[in-house]
Amino acid sequence: MLNILWVIMIAGGIFFAAFHGTMGQITESFISSSTEAVNLCIFMLGVIGVWNGMMEIAVKSGLMKKIAKTMYPFIHWLFPDIPPRHKANEYIAANMAANILGLGWAATPAGLKAMRELQKLEEGGGRASDMMCAFLVLNISSLQLVPINMIAYRSQYGSVNPAAVVLPAICATMISTIAGIVFIKIIEITRYNGKKYNRKNKKKRRWIQ
Amino acid sequence: MKFLLYFSDFIVPFTMFYIVVYGFFNRTDVYESFLKGVKEGFQIVIEIAPTMIALLVSIGIFRASGALDSFSELLAPAGKLLHIPVEVIPVFIVRIFSSSAAVSFVLDIFKEYGPDSRLGMIVSIMMSCTETVIYTITIYYMSVNIKKTRWTLPGAMFATIAGAVASVAITELIM
Repeated sequence: MLNILWVIMIAGGIFFAAFHGTMGQITESFISSSTEAVNLCIFMLGVIGVWNGMMEIAVKSGLMKKIAKTMYPFIHWLFPDIPPRHKANEYIAANMAANILGLGWAATPAGLKAMRELQKLEEGGGRASDMMCAFLVLNISSLQLVPINMIAYRSQYGSVNPAAVVLPAICATMISTIAGIVFIKIIEITRYNGKKYNRKNKKKRRWIQ
Repeated sequence: MKFLLYFSDFIVPFTMFYIVVYGFFNRTDVYESFLKGVKEGFQIVIEIAPTMIALLVSIGIFRASGALDSFSELLAPAGKLLHIPVEVIPVFIVRIFSSSAAVSFVLDIFKEYGPDSRLGMIVSIMMSCTETVIYTITIYYMSVNIKKTRWTLPGAMFATIAGAVASVAITELIM
């Protein structure tokens, strides 16, 4: 998927430019956007470094376990395949909590670690598991309480009431998250029912062997 | 408004305070753990750096060529069907790829129509309820070497489009 998308954007963009006299801008944009990417990475080295450090403290001190425990019923409902007390639960909980509080930079390290834990649960291969798909759909549907960046931009551009966006945004973010959950559940119901049974069988077979 | 800004000022420092103090009183080697975490964080960033470059360069080229604007126009009829105004469509498309690029589009709308206008409100809400779909999928899956993303993109787009439609509908309701 990404392969095709990338080719379309690069080749399509250059092809388009050939007919619209924007070739000069393309060279310029490749330089500026690659620089931007590297700058962003340097910025991330600091911020992700710090949050990953904070998270490590939270893991070591057992704080993450505590958070995961309170959120476990909800996480288990969404990801029925993750065994209880598995580390993936902790990282998913931390990722959700950080997203809800609007700590985007704190959410990323937890999310990436959650992906690693989810991968350990799979047998391998370059194929995403149902849990990974569900996790990312949920992550992207982004439940966020206070859109602080937007409030700041609105106030900067002379809004009479910059925070007027808060309540509508909460409603909209609820709707997108519910849509994501509905999608996850529909997939689960349509394809899981058969699969779960098979999976159990497979496990049983392995036990017998 | 003041309260919210005040409250959000508290979130990050308080989270840090709580983690550090909690760790200290639970006899964790706080400093040592922090250093270990930072080291791991560096590895994470280094692993996702190539993806970041690939993504930002491709969206940069697509945007600079003018193809993005034409593509937005192409999508205008579909947007009309969902009652999404034409001006909002480029914001929506760019939002899927890059947050910073989407912000620059939003600020253009703020400059032209004002943040309190109908369009200003729609993009404000939309930015708050959507995520950088492609960017997130790419970074997360690249970090674990996964190529087949299966139903992630359809699911994420479904949620994102629901958010976009909700932004328009809610704006209509309150304005």
